[in-house]
Amino acid sequence: MPSKLKILLAVCLVSPGVFSASMDAFAAKKKTAKSAKVAEVDPRGQVLALSCASCHGTDGKSSGIIPSVYGKTPDYIEAALKDFKSGVRFSTVMGRHAKGYSDEEIHLIAQYFGTLWGKN
Amino acid sequence: MNISRRDFNKLVVSGIAGATLGIFGSTADAFAAKNRVVVIGGGFGGASAAKYLKKLDPSLSVTLVEPKAAYITCPFSNWVFAGLKTIGEITQTYAVLAARYGVDVVADTAVSIDAARSTVTLGSGKVLNYDRLIVSPGIDFKWGAIPGYSQSIAETKMPHAFQAGSQTELLNKQLHEMKNGGTVLICPPANPFRCPPGPYERASLIACYLKDQKPKSKIIILDPKDKFSKQALFRKGWDRLYPGMIEWRGAAAGGKVQSVDAAAMTVTTELDVVKGDVINVIPPQRAGKIAVDAGLADASGWCPINAVSFESTLHPGIHVLGDACIAGAMPKSGFAASSQGKLAAAAIVRLLRGKEPAQPSLVNTCYSLLGPGYGVSVAGVYKLSSEGIVEIPGSGGLTPIDASDDQLNQEALFARGWYNNIVNDIWG
Repeated sequence: MPSKLKILLAVCLVSPGVFSASMDAFAAKKKTAKSAKVAEVDPRGQVLALSCASCHGTDGKSSGIIPSVYGKTPDYIEAALKDFKSGVRFSTVMGRHAKGYSDEEIHLIAQYFGTLWGKN
Repeated sequence: MNISRRDFNKLVVSGIAGATLGIFGSTADAFAAKNRVVVIGGGFGGASAAKYLKKLDPSLSVTLVEPKAAYITCPFSNWVFAGLKTIGEITQTYAVLAARYGVDVVADTAVSIDAARSTVTLGSGKVLNYDRLIVSPGIDFKWGAIPGYSQSIAETKMPHAFQAGSQTELLNKQLHEMKNGGTVLICPPANPFRCPPGPYERASLIACYLKDQKPKSKIIILDPKDKFSKQALFRKGWDRLYPGMIEWRGAAAGGKVQSVDAAAMTVTTELDVVKGDVINVIPPQRAGKIAVDAGLADASGWCPINAVSFESTLHPGIHVLGDACIAGAMPKSGFAASSQGKLAAAAIVRLLRGKEPAQPSLVNTCYSLLGPGYGVSVAGVYKLSSEGIVEIPGSGGLTPIDASDDQLNQEALFARGWYNNIVNDIWG
């Protein structure tokens, strides 16, 4: 292995931050146009919300009996999830899911879906 | 307990190192070219990953390698036995992934992976280069694990029907040709295996058909396990819907299959020899062949991964999804595979930009149908802890055992909605 690569690898292994910073700079130079197109979303909110799409449809657009999340406001989604979590609102399966998320995570999910319709 | 920031960083570092190797390991044009991700397998895991890679970063070059033109889903294939779905209704294609999302769908078989050179060789001889590889090959059967059983016996006399399609059709044909008063044997494997509630939903929906068409018939489940998925819900449902029709013999009752005899149509257990008119043998399983051949599986036959991005702990730069991987508390289900596929896609998009993936969150939701208006479900929300992927305490779980008829009917309706949305989220 060339020694320069060894050093770079060592730096990356010790400090992912350094690598991230250099890659960010690189990405900014090479892909300005493309990066701008990809929405600036909270990565944690995105990962949490991607799970919801399996039952509620891509971007929360449901094609059947399961309610759509798309088009609802962040406040509505946050309140609904908290009510499912506490059991105030009856559900067959949604309460079992909602209990798996902290209030902070519910907020992130609500922000993700609640602002999607504005972006599309 | 939440995973500490320090532990999380340790897990992420291996991913960053993999990204570095991926970029610098390939030729100098890596910087000029688009980042290339190759996905092997177009099932729940692979197709989800391919779609979401392009959805989250349209600038990526994503190639999906899948030899079959259409994918018949294992979820809902049991519905075929009750006449509630046709094979056509559970068949998915790759047309939308190609046309709308710009996934390069290659109808070929991946025959080998060279992890050192970051290449995949196809059946046609073509070689694909990748910066990141996703392997989502599903299961292969351990032929030879049950004396008397083989691939050719499965294809002619005793279908497994645990890869949907011609196997589903063969089992369905045998059920239709069986006499009223016949015996159906279902032989599930020991854990772990694909779709833990699958054999028991199958017993339910075969009973649904038999009760209507051949009511003197009987189903016997010969099981090497002491307990099974959604057990109390299934047994209650069987008593209510199909009293006396389904008999379950677990390990304690000598249910473990020792061998089968296709000519005599018998199954030998620890206690006796059981004759069947239709015999469904679901053999023990391991990760799909390409994953095993590429050295991605450990001694268990399944593939260890880092749950932050589902990157292999054996070969950096290669991610393994779905039934083939070892995903801690998550079951081997289509839903779990899709959840993992989307998580891996989001993580890979960030890794290729030199950024840390987000902390993982994963979900599973599996419906089982016992009759047309009688559904039950299991749900799970998962996080990464220092012990690996664990279910979040107090969340998830089963349909309540005392659920009302109205709830059970709603779950059956939601099961249909679940199918429509999950297949559209993956292939639509």
